[in-house]
Amino acid sequence: MSWLGVFLLALQTALGFPAASYALAATGLNLQFGYTGLSNFGMVAFLMMGAYGMAISADRGWGIWVGFALGITAAVVLALLLGIPTLRLRADYLSVVTIATAEILRLVIAARPSAELTGAARGIGGLSSELGFFRPNFIPEGSYGFGDDFVFNSRQLWSMLVCWSLVLLSTLLIRTWVRSPWGRVLRAIREDEDAARSLGKNVVIYKLQSFVIGGVIGSLAGAMMALDSGSVGPARWIAPLTFALYTVVILGGAGTVWGPIVGAVVYWFVLDFADGALNNLWFEVSDTTSGAFRLTLMGIGLMLLMVFRPQGILGNKKEAFAVGR
Amino acid sequence: MTPRRLLPAPRVPALLALLALVFLGTAWVATPAGAQSEADAARCAFTKPEAIEANGGPLGQSIWGRLCQVTDGKPTFPEGVAITVSQNGEEVATGTTDDGGIFVVEIPGNGTYQVTLDTKTLPKGFALTDEDRATLDNVNVNLGDQQVTFRLGEDTRGSRDLQDYLTTAAKGLRLGLILAVAAVGLSLVYGVTGLINFAHAELVTFGAIVAFVLNDAGMPFWLCIPFAIAAGCLAGYANDRLLWRPLRKRNMAMVSQMVVSIGLSIALRNIFLIGFGPNSKRYTAASGQREKDFGLVRLTPNDLIIMGICVVVLVLVTLILRKTRLGTAIRATADNPDLAASSGIGVNKIIAIVWIICGGMAALGGIMYGLSVTVTSDMGFILLLSMFAAVVLGGLGNAYGALFGAIILGVMQETSGLFVDTAYKFVVALAVLIVVLLVRPQGLLGTKERFG
Repeated sequence: MSWLGVFLLALQTALGFPAASYALAATGLNLQFGYTGLSNFGMVAFLMMGAYGMAISADRGWGIWVGFALGITAAVVLALLLGIPTLRLRADYLSVVTIATAEILRLVIAARPSAELTGAARGIGGLSSELGFFRPNFIPEGSYGFGDDFVFNSRQLWSMLVCWSLVLLSTLLIRTWVRSPWGRVLRAIREDEDAARSLGKNVVIYKLQSFVIGGVIGSLAGAMMALDSGSVGPARWIAPLTFALYTVVILGGAGTVWGPIVGAVVYWFVLDFADGALNNLWFEVSDTTSGAFRLTLMGIGLMLLMVFRPQGILGNKKEAFAVGR
Repeated sequence: MTPRRLLPAPRVPALLALLALVFLGTAWVATPAGAQSEADAARCAFTKPEAIEANGGPLGQSIWGRLCQVTDGKPTFPEGVAITVSQNGEEVATGTTDDGGIFVVEIPGNGTYQVTLDTKTLPKGFALTDEDRATLDNVNVNLGDQQVTFRLGEDTRGSRDLQDYLTTAAKGLRLGLILAVAAVGLSLVYGVTGLINFAHAELVTFGAIVAFVLNDAGMPFWLCIPFAIAAGCLAGYANDRLLWRPLRKRNMAMVSQMVVSIGLSIALRNIFLIGFGPNSKRYTAASGQREKDFGLVRLTPNDLIIMGICVVVLVLVTLILRKTRLGTAIRATADNPDLAASSGIGVNKIIAIVWIICGGMAALGGIMYGLSVTVTSDMGFILLLSMFAAVVLGGLGNAYGALFGAIILGVMQETSGLFVDTAYKFVVALAVLIVVLLVRPQGLLGTKERFG
């Protein structure tokens, strides 16, 4: 593939659905981690709730709106279950409990006896036809774009349109909220929890609210991922997805309004470009190796970012160092 | 920094009582599930080497096996039972069992046979478990000889005896001890630096992989262990010297450090995946293990060795922490680094030593886990969740807590397989975690004052 092709392909992912869904999930995580300083290392569990809410609704023929409702309800319940015992405690506890919960939930969903509800390891397919996600698509059939490497079909454009709209909506909502007195309390908690408490704020309630809202946005992202791919299986919801979202949030700038969007676009561009470059330089890279290489890159990137530019692209350094203290 | 108590006096009797309660509770709740009594299956197990020994020479081309029925907990063997081998409805050969219940029926060659046990020849007191299974159709012989099994005696499927329960508990103890060895380092590092190190999982994997590489290159397995531990110690030191010490110097926020450790964990895990490959591999010492009957429990020789090594190491570490000057310095640093520094303790040196201990123990934990199961490039990460649960259960940052938490968790995880589907055994870890956080957030051994 030509270098121009590699570039265009990377650009396609960076503007397409992958970046949109990551931006949406990262927006939720940004509220929790960036604004409130909650180290939720099990974000993927909330995505999983949204995706499986959608899948189960499709499986039973309940329709798309019930799917959203199921996912959101499950996310709220999960947030309360995790939040009530852990948010009273030191920050460390939340991180340990959330990562463990996410992985265990995934194992439960993938377990054989859960097959009737979740399809176990096989998962649930045929979502888009059952739920009619693409039915309102008004974009005519055909391919849009230029060249061979930067093209979207009408279904991709529809997914992008819906998902980016949700991103925009949630970003604007969060912008309003974090600029309100409520948002100031969240940031105060992030900077110094004891100070916020001594000013008479019920810190736990604020943290819980932020945790729940972030989780709900995460479940929307999961639901979108399920709708776009048309099938849901347990293999996707692993811890590296959570940490990819962390990379996105920190890359864009934790605790900034537009950070998650910028982060998601840059993240996907860099990653896909590196992938293409790898394939250009060495040939015949096996799928395992290429996937592992991608994650290695992400891991190193996350470390370097945290050490050398914790404020990311949009943040300011003074605030970044306070994150999660 | 909040003061962290590393080692309060353990309330051992209370804990032992709890352990006993957990185990008894499990045994009571346990309901029969569909599996042949493992004890009976183990008592009647029969292998080719034993058959060759009994036959007094190679088995040649034959169909062989041993009739065995467990009566009053002891294996008994019927003598003089006629076994008929036929092919396409025509009788090919016959044989009878000897006084050890063993039969070896010679056959003309590879192919598909029907093997029939003549129930009329069964001595008194012996009976087939299932009368309809006196004839085994479609016995395929591909490699010259083939073992066949007729199950005798009452159907013991679904019933478990005390030995099964105790064996499961012993396996849980094995897992718990391995977890403890692997997790104490995690807890110690948290104690002295406040860091929850997600990349601890990769220290565990690293040790196991180093041992595998050496073992694979032809070094005897038991000799690989000290080398791998040394490599682990070195890796622990390198971790501190190259990464964490500079970050401490920068005064980096703890959550940021956790994110760094996550990045490191992901990067290392995938480098291991590229280098080691996605398949699981075994140490040479892991093969050819058979459970031996020790009366109360059935364990493999490796199980005993693993538990022995773990106990020795854990006792050693406890002694170091409690009795030596180094241990006192570690505990002082964990309690209050500033105060420790002003009393003349070289805090950075202590932290480096803790990292070295942490790396070595993680490596040993990894090797032991690899020996009891298999070595994979993500084994550390799989263990990490249980280690977290164990550490929280015992009290975050408390070295004894990690030890007790790990043992309790290991036993609970394994014994839970007796009454829930084994696929759900990790749920037990989660349930334990959440209940502990709700009821006693400071953990079993933690002190309450740490929470504001």
